[in-house]
Amino acid sequence: MKEKIIYLDHAAATPVLPEVWEAIQPYFREWFWNPSAVYDLGGEIRERIEEARARVADLIGAEAGEIIFTSCGAEANNLAIKGLALAHSKKGRRILVSAIEHHSVLNSARFLERLGFEMALIPVDSKGRVNPETLQKMLTPDTILVSVAHASNEIGTIQDIRTLAEIAHANGSFFHTDAVASVGQIPVQVKELGVDLLSLSGISLGAPKGVGALYLRKGLRIMPLIHGGIQERGWRAGTENVPGIIGLGVAARILKERLPRKGPYLRRLRDRLVEGILSRVPRTHYTGDPERRLPGHASFCFEGIEGEALVFTLAAYGIYGNTGSACASKALKTSPVLRAIGLPEVVAQGSLVLTLEEWNTEEEIERVLEVLPQAVARLRAMSPIWKE
Amino acid sequence: MFTEKYTEKVLEHFTHPRNIGTLEDADGVGEVGNPACGDMMTFYIKVRDGRIVDVKYKTFGCVAAIAVASVVSEMAKGRTLEEAKALRNEDIARELGGLPKQKWHCSVLGAKALKEAILDYEARISGQSREKGPQKPRRKQTCPDCGVENPITARFCMQCGAPLEKKS
Repeated sequence: MKEKIIYLDHAAATPVLPEVWEAIQPYFREWFWNPSAVYDLGGEIRERIEEARARVADLIGAEAGEIIFTSCGAEANNLAIKGLALAHSKKGRRILVSAIEHHSVLNSARFLERLGFEMALIPVDSKGRVNPETLQKMLTPDTILVSVAHASNEIGTIQDIRTLAEIAHANGSFFHTDAVASVGQIPVQVKELGVDLLSLSGISLGAPKGVGALYLRKGLRIMPLIHGGIQERGWRAGTENVPGIIGLGVAARILKERLPRKGPYLRRLRDRLVEGILSRVPRTHYTGDPERRLPGHASFCFEGIEGEALVFTLAAYGIYGNTGSACASKALKTSPVLRAIGLPEVVAQGSLVLTLEEWNTEEEIERVLEVLPQAVARLRAMSPIWKE
Repeated sequence: MFTEKYTEKVLEHFTHPRNIGTLEDADGVGEVGNPACGDMMTFYIKVRDGRIVDVKYKTFGCVAAIAVASVVSEMAKGRTLEEAKALRNEDIARELGGLPKQKWHCSVLGAKALKEAILDYEARISGQSREKGPQKPRRKQTCPDCGVENPITARFCMQCGAPLEKKS
């Protein structure tokens, strides 16, 4: 198709790591047995799944028994929000979620509204941060759950989860964090964060699509959403996605080793990219928090142009990124995240998100810095609202 | 006519848009859309003996909006005003080999921008202001979320499904 692709949309999907690919091969045909089978072959698979569980737990500083495998990050978020609310509805019926949550958190909370729960959005500042004092003011005795994403996949901002969780706990509320964007990018330790529930997904970790996990603090009760057999100790019925789970386990082990080296490398690459773009493209907004952000995350809004057109222009050069513009979404709505940080709708249309991984190179970044300013200038030249 | 992804023709027009620019001495100018919704088009036309002899435009918007503007400019050139006014959004979409469903409104925008430019020209030569005369009651309502025109009787937006508020 294209000579060489420069892929900078790792928040959307990562390739399966070669080690993971190797490791999961036998589970499709050779070791296909159902882990619930009573004979010895089933037991073998069960053991492998428990190994994977221990590795995922190890990556986030949890105990193996605190990990529930799910089909994706969205399911983990659904299970956390709905499962907790339904199990603790006698205690209270108010749920707080930040205004920049992923749709799987936001729409789970909206669904609960229909069941008679009350949902409120915690506003964020212009850098996308939840202010602890704001959270404090919004808490009521009725509030059972607070959910704030550890890091935003759209603007990269990392929240001070520990402080927010402490405030929630002091009020007797549980705390969930969607860590799909942060696990594998920065060290994530559930005990340090002080959260009760945490979601992660294989898609951003080099595991296959179709696997995620929910950390559920020991002793905490939730309501299962998928009823049936007693897989995942009854928290989630349905025959396990064995290759996916094994893959997630291997990915977790590899990432734990690589994390200390990966962060500084990504940060250096990202800083070069950001500095280059800001110095070459006038009237550009660097969205999110410039300091407290994911190391491989760069997000911008370019005035005078529309993001989908920019993504396709870059794609013609083999450079792949993402956008939060209205035109790029099926619902034709501007990303709620960009609205929540107070960007004018017109500016928010020109959004571009580039997410790097450790296999991206300096040459690739230099190529982006060569192409991107031209691409923006070309679209601005044809825009009726662009004035030099 | 609805496609899953952009057709090659759409991408070709997007990559090499025809007739882009402005006309300093345009006989008619039509501007439609709203940049806050992500789409805006301005068309400039030059008219001789009832025919469109030159077309230029500027577009703020997505791939589809740019491709639509480009193909409209091609289709309009050389046509009589009546022919150009009769251009329907379906004709534009067909010329592009179809559009994804959520991009259908871009073709509407293209047809409208051209028509606006023609109406502007006609108003100029007849020496009448276009705002003259009693306003016809609005038969359409604009979706507050995506900006698409809906029939006045619609309760939900046909484009994005958002509820349309009734003014009592």
